[in-house]
Amino acid sequence: MAEREQILQVKNLKQYFNVGKPDEVKAVDDISFAIYQGETFGLVGESGSGKTTVGRSIIHLYEPTAGKILFHGQDISQLKSAATRLQFRQQMQMIFQDPYASLNPRMKVKDIIAEGIDVHHLATSNQDRDDRVAHLLEVVGLNPDHATRYPYEFSGGQRQRIGIARALAVEPEFIIADEPISALDVSIQAQVVNLLQDLQAQHELTYLFIAHDLSMVKYISDRIGVIHYGRLMEIAPADEIYANPLHPYTKSLLSAVPVPDPEYERKRQAIAYDATLYEGDDKKRQLVEVVPGHFIRASADELPTYQQQAMHYQVV
Amino acid sequence: MTNILEVNDLAVSFTTFAGDVQAVRGVSFDLHKGEILAIVGETGSGKSVTTKAIMGLLANNAKIKSGTIKFAGQDLLKATPKEMAQINGNDIAEIIQDPMTSLDPTMTIGKQVSEPLRIHKEMSRKQAMVRTKEVLELVGIQNASARMKDYPHQFSGGQRQRIVIAMALVNNPKILIADEPTTALDVTIQAQILKLMKELQKRIDTSIIFITHDLGVVAGMADRVAVMYAGKIVEIGLVDEIFYDPKHPYTWGLINSMPTLDTKSHRLAAIAGTPPDLLDPPKGDAFAPRNPYALKIDCQQEPPFFAVTATHAAATWLLHPNAPQVTPPPEILRRQQFYQKHFATKVQQLDPFSAAK
Repeated sequence: MAEREQILQVKNLKQYFNVGKPDEVKAVDDISFAIYQGETFGLVGESGSGKTTVGRSIIHLYEPTAGKILFHGQDISQLKSAATRLQFRQQMQMIFQDPYASLNPRMKVKDIIAEGIDVHHLATSNQDRDDRVAHLLEVVGLNPDHATRYPYEFSGGQRQRIGIARALAVEPEFIIADEPISALDVSIQAQVVNLLQDLQAQHELTYLFIAHDLSMVKYISDRIGVIHYGRLMEIAPADEIYANPLHPYTKSLLSAVPVPDPEYERKRQAIAYDATLYEGDDKKRQLVEVVPGHFIRASADELPTYQQQAMHYQVV
Repeated sequence: MTNILEVNDLAVSFTTFAGDVQAVRGVSFDLHKGEILAIVGETGSGKSVTTKAIMGLLANNAKIKSGTIKFAGQDLLKATPKEMAQINGNDIAEIIQDPMTSLDPTMTIGKQVSEPLRIHKEMSRKQAMVRTKEVLELVGIQNASARMKDYPHQFSGGQRQRIVIAMALVNNPKILIADEPTTALDVTIQAQILKLMKELQKRIDTSIIFITHDLGVVAGMADRVAVMYAGKIVEIGLVDEIFYDPKHPYTWGLINSMPTLDTKSHRLAAIAGTPPDLLDPPKGDAFAPRNPYALKIDCQQEPPFFAVTATHAAATWLLHPNAPQVTPPPEILRRQQFYQKHFATKVQQLDPFSAAK
């Protein structure tokens, strides 16, 4: 693993809102993780956990309260010149959650997709611009003839494909997908996920996949981070976190996922998570690597218990 | 088993500028007393329109093309608005999808939950408040008598959904319609709400029509399942029959397109294409254009329902005696083998139909 480049490093990121006011919100509270080139990192959490804020901080829509975000080793807060910022925006793109709200209803599909092409002056001529749009539409499985239509003429799944085409238009390396499938029907979700995976293979993309749908996250991700109240609870390879969850919050989250199997459902016991047992006291907690690649948020005195559990899993 | 509700050949169209949208095209099902019937389907499959028709709450541009909805000896489609107002909120109640927008922000919780009591049971304010407190406690609102004076914004999403459930339950309805009651909630909260609904259903012995697109939720909640596609029920059966022995290719596709906990290496089996335009539904089986198992006849003639067991039927020509044998996707085969091993004999014993065969 070590030889792979860490394309993105998040170091002690804090993102507070209304700082200093009575309604201060610690949306993201001291989070550190890294994403390797070419992998899909899944970020899972419930609403209000700060997962979307993490994504938005990474793409520099917010100025971090504290901490650093390094993209290719460069601190994104320190990109001072317009040229370097423009370059950063080209390398990193976002796919949004709601395909109904994220496309301008008054713009034609080709202008939506080509907006980034125009900003970054990627097209040499109008003909080249149209060719690029037509190609992108084909890549995401839409008909190039649809370029002159407006968003309302498309279904939810098709709109999400347009959003994906828009993100791909500037040939990024890194894409943040913020709940890209949660607004879609089951049969369409699978289509979009397959498309994202094909594109990753073809264009060597790196994904940050933000979602609350755990089964889909497990399917698409190489590694998963579990976030709760603005803190990362556990990071591990996708299979590992499902097979051997260590943190009680992860266990609780996994136990709540309904599975399309009646026999399994009859036996499923939801485990409750009591945050007061694991947070809120004065102990200092941080992410610790319990077994190689498997990190868990723990205090010094909790660590042996987790290590024991991890050992037990390995034996089994 | 007694039927509490009988829907027969229901067809609903909406008049739009573009023409008539045939949202529901001949739906028939029975709701048994004390059961949870799940209706699953994609957006636009007609599942919500069906329940709106039951409650007489269709939009003004809706036309009932045909059908009857029998409840307590009465055809609800012929009931006057006044009669429907007597039934809704009393005998039939709905748990609405979005807890964030379905409560009135300017009314206290106590007043909102007690409204059905004041209207239908003509209770005094005092009596109503006693009952309201009872129901709020039943759905797990802590410190109910004090919190009745609070407004919706003072509650979390999960609590609001509990309040919406309390509102629906307050008159002990015979039928509860739950339209995606947990879609807006987080998984852990969803688990709590579903558990609550199951417990309450047993306790007050009501029948639930549960609308959702989440097959995981269906597997945990339903006694029976109806799968809808393009305004029709394509398969209906006991929950084990639908999940372990599905017969319709659309049901196969739905189950197959979900990642299971051990799916990893291979691609998700997406259902190609998009649902048909119901302005002009295709001839024959509406699923045929997306169906890799489609037969020639699927494009010409609509398949009737073929009975699999006394409780299980599917509208696909593949069940016709003359149809060619097809091999379903591996995941479905795995499930069918599981079914043969664990359920088939059990179902046959219960089932006079297949025993006679």
